[in-house]
Amino acid sequence: MTAAAEGSAPLAASRPGRKPLLQSESAQGLALITPTFLYALVLLVLPILVVIAHSFWTQHYLTIDRTFTLENYRIALTEPIYRDLLWRSLYISLVTSVATVVLAYPNAYYISFHGGHRKGLWLFLITIPFWTSYLLRVMSWKVILGYNGVLNSGLMGLGIIDEPITALLYNSNSVIITLVHAWAAFAILPIFVSLEKVDRTLIEAAKDLGDGPLRSFLRVTLPLSAPGVISALLIVMIPTVGDYVTPKLVGGKDGVMIANAIQAQFGKASNWPLGAALSVTTMIVVTAMAGAAVLIIRRAARLAR
Amino acid sequence: MSGLKRLVPGGWLSVYAVLYVAFLYVPVLFLPVFSVNTAATPKFPLSGFTWKWYEGLPHTPELLNAAWNSLVVGLSASVLSTVFGILAARAITRYRFPGRRPINGLIMAPLVLPEIIVAISMLLVILQLGLSLSLFTVVLGHVLVCIPYSMTVLTSGFEGFDRSLEEASADLGESAFGTFRRVTLPMVTPAIISSLLVSFTISLDEFIIAFFLTGTEATLPIYIWGQLRFAAKLPGVLALGTLLLVASFVLLSIAEVLRRRAARRTQSEGGLYA
Amino acid sequence: MPEHSVRPMGEIRPMIEIRNVTRSYGAFKALDEANLSINEGEFFSLLGPSGCGKTTLLRMIAGFDNPTTGSIAVDDQPMAGIPANRRPTNMVFQSYAIFPHLNVEQNVGYGLKRLKLEAGEERRRVEEALAQVSLTGLGKRGATELSGGQRQRVALARALVMRPKVLLLDEPLSALDKKLREQMQVELRRLQQAVGITFVLVTHDQYEALAMSDRIAVMFGGRIAQVASPKEIYQRPVNRQVADFLGGMNFVRGEIIEENGASLTLDTLGFGRVSTEKPTAFVRNGGAATLGIRPERLRVLWDDETSQFQVTGTVVERHYFGEITHLVVEIPGLEKPLSVTETNDFGADDIPVGSAVRLAYDPEALVAMAD
Repeated sequence: MTAAAEGSAPLAASRPGRKPLLQSESAQGLALITPTFLYALVLLVLPILVVIAHSFWTQHYLTIDRTFTLENYRIALTEPIYRDLLWRSLYISLVTSVATVVLAYPNAYYISFHGGHRKGLWLFLITIPFWTSYLLRVMSWKVILGYNGVLNSGLMGLGIIDEPITALLYNSNSVIITLVHAWAAFAILPIFVSLEKVDRTLIEAAKDLGDGPLRSFLRVTLPLSAPGVISALLIVMIPTVGDYVTPKLVGGKDGVMIANAIQAQFGKASNWPLGAALSVTTMIVVTAMAGAAVLIIRRAARLAR
Repeated sequence: MSGLKRLVPGGWLSVYAVLYVAFLYVPVLFLPVFSVNTAATPKFPLSGFTWKWYEGLPHTPELLNAAWNSLVVGLSASVLSTVFGILAARAITRYRFPGRRPINGLIMAPLVLPEIIVAISMLLVILQLGLSLSLFTVVLGHVLVCIPYSMTVLTSGFEGFDRSLEEASADLGESAFGTFRRVTLPMVTPAIISSLLVSFTISLDEFIIAFFLTGTEATLPIYIWGQLRFAAKLPGVLALGTLLLVASFVLLSIAEVLRRRAARRTQSEGGLYA
Repeated sequence: MPEHSVRPMGEIRPMIEIRNVTRSYGAFKALDEANLSINEGEFFSLLGPSGCGKTTLLRMIAGFDNPTTGSIAVDDQPMAGIPANRRPTNMVFQSYAIFPHLNVEQNVGYGLKRLKLEAGEERRRVEEALAQVSLTGLGKRGATELSGGQRQRVALARALVMRPKVLLLDEPLSALDKKLREQMQVELRRLQQAVGITFVLVTHDQYEALAMSDRIAVMFGGRIAQVASPKEIYQRPVNRQVADFLGGMNFVRGEIIEENGASLTLDTLGFGRVSTEKPTAFVRNGGAATLGIRPERLRVLWDDETSQFQVTGTVVERHYFGEITHLVVEIPGLEKPLSVTETNDFGADDIPVGSAVRLAYDPEALVAMAD
């Protein structure tokens, strides 16, 4: 059945004749990907470099002074308002990503190990809400958590509470709840994929060697699915730190995040260099936090063995 | 012996899985529920059934304008991102070349970057170049964030495309162009349509980039954002949101069916895997 | 499998000429200085383990790969610079490469579309090709609704309908189960004789090659080790590698006592002094040589039977295989015990382990190989 692995060599097959440059496989592949690559280069890498450059400049009204300065970073890191926003953003993205992964793991596990032939349907069901407008999903949480919202009116209608709970909306918690909901599919998919890759006979081997279901899960399944947990964590943590819509709609005064401040610098406040410095700082700090999280998980996975 | 024991974790897990899916769906389902409720504020108990919030929609010129803008942006972005996606997905699935992984990583990067970073960096460059903000700049941004999704859909359609099919065509006398037209294209068409639908949906629902990069013209999410300030407009927004929800769901279901068909076509190919 | 007589042919004419063909991937040589001439109307097999270069060679004939150096000609036409779609060859792919979006008829007619035949003619040729592979009536069947054997037949019909000068088959039977494989071997051979087209088959299955081919080229590590008829390859392998690849063989080392034009005389430890025919390709390498004998060419002598050529030993293992029994017999002086395959007609399956046996051999069956 697995005959003739030598078939792999023909990957390098090339047509004879014209265009010697296009003959080689590498050149053909590069030529094909170049337009897309250039697009990403010009519209993503170049702009990010421009942002980094701006973060070292100063703005006087409408003109940019291109003298190198670290003043923007000083403001970003020491001004209490930005420092607080940054800390809160990091806190929210950390709690959100951990909560999302912890809540998603059992579900991914269930689909992978007990999903049977319905795995595809389960995954489709889980991804559908994620595909709908982010704005609308945040909006529906506003509707639910509001002072006169669904939850309060529902609970009052059932006679469980007498007056609306104000703690529900316009704080960090409401932002976290909304984000956990919004990013669920992003966490389930990578964990599911890594669980699918776990060789089932390894778990049987662990049980055969005397481990109970819990021990074999902790010593085999969980460590082997660590790559999925890591990518799920990163894929939620990094984008949520810069979320703008959620804090604006459900965060209130106590739920404002760094993205709202960044937006203000590019809008009303019109201080592009400061906005740029805030963006760069946020990216660096969240990258450091993500790196630390990866190291901790890797260490934990190693200890579990 | 452990028949019962075995069932229990699966049993608890299945309860959890159902609750989790409910947690995912219930908030979203409140939109349609309150969009047909007579009360102007969304709260329980429901006050009565009405279509009036929907009936008001076609009589709002700004809304129709925004819908038209969204359609133009969505069509342009989905076509462009699918073209870029086809080129890149074909290169990634079929060729080995230096820098393949880093280049792929860069193209997929918008998927994991905070959208606000993508938006403000493009905004800065556009303003620096002295270009004016318009629907065109929104399209540029949307193409960038749609390409990773197009790539994902298209690579799953192209992957496992048995290369010997194209060789067989050449072997039977067909030219390179003829092979593309008679074999490659028909086989990857479902994946391409699926990519178009997915990127259209993303563009239709995308807010942040459109918010930063548009000039005076609003897309649907921007229109909704503007309406959210007025409590009285909420039911209309809920009705509009419901329509968008239905549109996304329909488009994505078609995309999923097509993607599966494409994957089945290319991957279950050959007696070796059958 | 029945043995095939050599085809009656007026004149042997080469159809494929492979001259000094080398294919390198960087420092690795997939094919190293291959020379081969395949005749018109011949069923020719390229036999060898994975990675021996047989598929590379086949793909170079088809035009999917090009020699780094050397030349390939088909029907006296040099193939350099001619792309696959303009070569007079057609291929049956290992995966069959049935176009999944077309039905059987459309698959078979795929290549004809370009020839712009009259509608009736195209139909007729498709029907004829389907009949040749016993698929008449399945023309409208979808490609995904076919069994493995049917897919194989469609691939065959699709190539044959083009009336190629050479049909190339890349491991066409490897995806089929054993029973279907054996049936298809017979059918393929019959079909080849009916259409008279030159077939070049790539396979790693020695029984397949032996059963179907007029001639076989055995390849190892990018080199062609031996080109000969199945019988010659099996009975007179040029070296231990070829001998091993084509089935079990006992090897006995001996010292060369005398060598002349047609014969060799050796002194061996187990078999004593033996004279044997000298293979034409034999080139002496030092003072020693190896004698090979197939397990089925050793015969157990019963009771009062004697033979001029016999050795005595002890049965150390016995394995029962239904119609045959496999004995492992230790011979004093031989480092490795002999493998003996004996039919069960005379009770070989009852020979107790530990008992002494006498084994007769035919000196004709001993083949000398250089060390």
